[in-house]
Amino acid sequence: MTDIFIHIILAMLMPPLLLGVIGKTKALFAGRVGAPFLQPYYDILRLLRKGTVFSTTTTWIFRAGPVVALATTAVAALLIPLGYHSAPISFSGDMILYAYLFALGRFFTMAAALDTGSSFEGMGAAREATYSCLAEPTLFFALITLSRLSGSYSLSEMLSNVTTVVWSYAGASLLLLIGGMFIVLLVENCRIPFDDPNTHLELTMIHEVMVLDHSGPAFAIVQYAAALKLFVLGAFFVRLALPFATGNTLLDWVVFMSSMLGLAVAIGVVESVMARLRLVRVPQLLVAATILAAFSTLLVIR
Amino acid sequence: MFSVLQVFPDPAILAIISVLITGCAGVPGLFIRTGGPGQYIAAAMTLLAALLGIPASLALLFASKAATYILDWSLPFGSCELAIDPLSAFFLLPVFTVGAAGSLFALGYWPSASHRSTEPGLTFFYGLLAASMALLVMARNGMFFLMVWEIMALSAYFLLVTEHEREEVRRAGTLYLISTHIGTGALLIFFSLLAARSGSFLFPAAGTLSALSPVMMFLASAALIGFGSKAGIMPLHLWLPATHANAPSHVSALMSGVMLKMGLYGIFRTLTFFSDPPLLWGATLAVAGISTALAGIVFAAAQRDLKRLLAYSSIENIGIITAALGVALLGHASNNATLTYLCLAAALLHIYNHALFKPLLFLGSGVVIHASGGRDMNLMGGLGKLMPKAAILSLAGVIAICGIPPFNGFISEFLFYLGLFSQLQTTKMIFIVMLVPALALVGGVALLSFTKLFGAVFLGTPRRHFNSHAREPGWTMLLPMAFFAMACLLIGLLPQYALRLVSPAMVSFMPDVNFAAAYPSGYISGLGRLSMVGFLLLLIIVAVTFFWQWRLRRKPVVFGATWGCGYQRATARMQYVATSFSESAVSVFDGIVRQRVERPHLTGLFPRPVACLDFPSDTVLEQIITPVFNATGGAFAFMRRLQNGQMHLYMLYIFATLLILMLWAH
Repeated sequence: MTDIFIHIILAMLMPPLLLGVIGKTKALFAGRVGAPFLQPYYDILRLLRKGTVFSTTTTWIFRAGPVVALATTAVAALLIPLGYHSAPISFSGDMILYAYLFALGRFFTMAAALDTGSSFEGMGAAREATYSCLAEPTLFFALITLSRLSGSYSLSEMLSNVTTVVWSYAGASLLLLIGGMFIVLLVENCRIPFDDPNTHLELTMIHEVMVLDHSGPAFAIVQYAAALKLFVLGAFFVRLALPFATGNTLLDWVVFMSSMLGLAVAIGVVESVMARLRLVRVPQLLVAATILAAFSTLLVIR
Repeated sequence: MFSVLQVFPDPAILAIISVLITGCAGVPGLFIRTGGPGQYIAAAMTLLAALLGIPASLALLFASKAATYILDWSLPFGSCELAIDPLSAFFLLPVFTVGAAGSLFALGYWPSASHRSTEPGLTFFYGLLAASMALLVMARNGMFFLMVWEIMALSAYFLLVTEHEREEVRRAGTLYLISTHIGTGALLIFFSLLAARSGSFLFPAAGTLSALSPVMMFLASAALIGFGSKAGIMPLHLWLPATHANAPSHVSALMSGVMLKMGLYGIFRTLTFFSDPPLLWGATLAVAGISTALAGIVFAAAQRDLKRLLAYSSIENIGIITAALGVALLGHASNNATLTYLCLAAALLHIYNHALFKPLLFLGSGVVIHASGGRDMNLMGGLGKLMPKAAILSLAGVIAICGIPPFNGFISEFLFYLGLFSQLQTTKMIFIVMLVPALALVGGVALLSFTKLFGAVFLGTPRRHFNSHAREPGWTMLLPMAFFAMACLLIGLLPQYALRLVSPAMVSFMPDVNFAAAYPSGYISGLGRLSMVGFLLLLIIVAVTFFWQWRLRRKPVVFGATWGCGYQRATARMQYVATSFSESAVSVFDGIVRQRVERPHLTGLFPRPVACLDFPSDTVLEQIITPVFNATGGAFAFMRRLQNGQMHLYMLYIFATLLILMLWAH
């Protein structure tokens, strides 16, 4: 019961901190002091207190976009185990629901973008659609590998099964997997090298350009949903990459939180040392990620 | 609940009566001189037939044994048997539902007042098509089956060429007529060979044939070609896009929602004859299915014609159903009851799901075409504002067809995924799990295709001036759509009950599998949880909405133009159009479909206005099929001399053929 409570509190409060850590890491690399760790929280609170501008072109679909995106990510956050603790909702096949919930959120985000009638936002939606459908098979290859290794069909059991012992006999497969999944993590959350969340130069962006027209509280919801998505996909990733457990419940929560912060630092480092890819290169990298994940599957089902 | 229905004297009689009512629905209209009443009579009769037929089909679905009737006829093909077992009843249900919904829709979509010359024929053949499909699933005599099959094929042809004054429609009609008869030819071979083995044209009883002899292999291929061409399994799908695109929309709904399923029914029925379908059959269906799904959805993504996109997506869905059926057969052949159970449930449930969301989308496309006067999505946009109700109903269909929760499309895909995942715990045939990523890719491209459809049609600013029809349609058009949308949502939210609807058909299809033992409780409780999460999702959506509304009310809300990044003179033509939306994704699948652009040649300092054309081109069709057909046509050019258009010579051919056959028989 306590674990479920901590799960929900963490999922609600921690996501913007990850953005803060990424920002701070990038600032350190650039030799700046950077914004405080809590800056994303301030941003969201500030946006919540602002007025709103709606385009006269838009319909209710535009307003539904942020709401559904947040709701689907929130449900996904209830399906994903954090560290060694099982998820509050867990059943056979929940990994399929997990993957498809993001599709629902994505659909509404793209529809909201198209609803504005702006060519920039249409462009962003088209890219999001293209890249996400290429990233989808990678996630499913990962799920196959994990399901095979653990002998179960629910995320909680699949992920809690990954321990240092499993790493010792299926290490090659898991290594390939985290390679593929890291790429998926970056593309799904629109980070460098796929997308640059900091620019507002329309031609470089995917996610940011889709939400150009949202303002005020709606934009706060968008920002928060994006942070939550990073948190949810990140939790999946750190469980694979850093399978450490102490056995003590409270200590495990600390391990989980520090792993997440470590992931944020890693993303910050990637963003600092890499440039954004040319758009034509993005599908190639995504296919490469799929092939990595496919290799990992082959290794476990041979 | 259904025991109440069994109080009726005989549901089978009731079902047959409803078929007759449906079939005759268009007849009064043929004799009524003034336009109008005929169409209303037809709609009322079809609705009445549905009101009788749906409870009857449900009763038959849950009945423990099949109802059988012998039709007394004097034709030399043995006795004509009509039977309704749960598998037949399962396929009857969509016939009545979609048939009635379409005829109600036609009142607003193809009103007699403005289509005086075509409406009576359309209404008549519409009823005939629905009735022939219902009769088809009852037929138990090969020859009778083929006759009904032909009635179905031909009435579909006459429906398709309703607007025969258009060249495009006539071409589509001819293509359809040729392909459907290639299929019928294959079926004729199939039923003749079957009759040669069993001694009568009556269908063999379930599980009485062994699949292991080479003749059976040939037989099964003939059946696959015949039924597969009707269902639209690639590469036998060539007729399908043009047909669905050019038929009136409620006819497309019936064709796509139900007629394609008749091809699948044929495959299901054929499989029941055999006691031991080998692994090869399952593998063939699984591979054919997944390639059909993948290629179909990639084609769909490239289309700019609204109804062609929907037609290609039908091919995709037929592919998913076929693949699930194939895997279920693999499970059956390898005695894996869990795999069989989950994949068969997925295949059957997807048949229902597709029979709900595809008619919904085709009816929606009818509304849209009515309003915009064309099918080109690049010229639409902004219709969501002009017809908000039609837009939200179409949205339900779009979400459902993408297979995302909480709508019904997700449930069948969920079962299919779960079945494939369950194979991971075994040691045999583990490679079938490779279907999972393929299915995920299909889902991703489907999401792209339907975001494109919904965005290009309903969202943004109108890309051209619409006529006065561009307003909310009347209730006769909205009601059928609302029915389908509600059904999609209900199945998505309460999947455990939907599964009960398909289980009798599963038992009837594979009586030898012990589904009760295979009934893996873990999976079923999973469906219950799925329903719980669906409601939770809706709850969170409501909560976030309230939170946002609360914040919105506290501060001023201003309305302005869309942010153009500083540019002030944005026009509707600058929006992303359907083609540009899918352009980069389609370029990834260059080997299957190609976006061809015909760029005009510009000369001089002040070039005159010219047109630039873009259209998707089918690589397989252009590189393989068209050359083969052209070569065949060239090689057989000498045969054309036989085709000289003189009636007496044709009669001579018939006479000569009969004579030769008679001599040969003696």
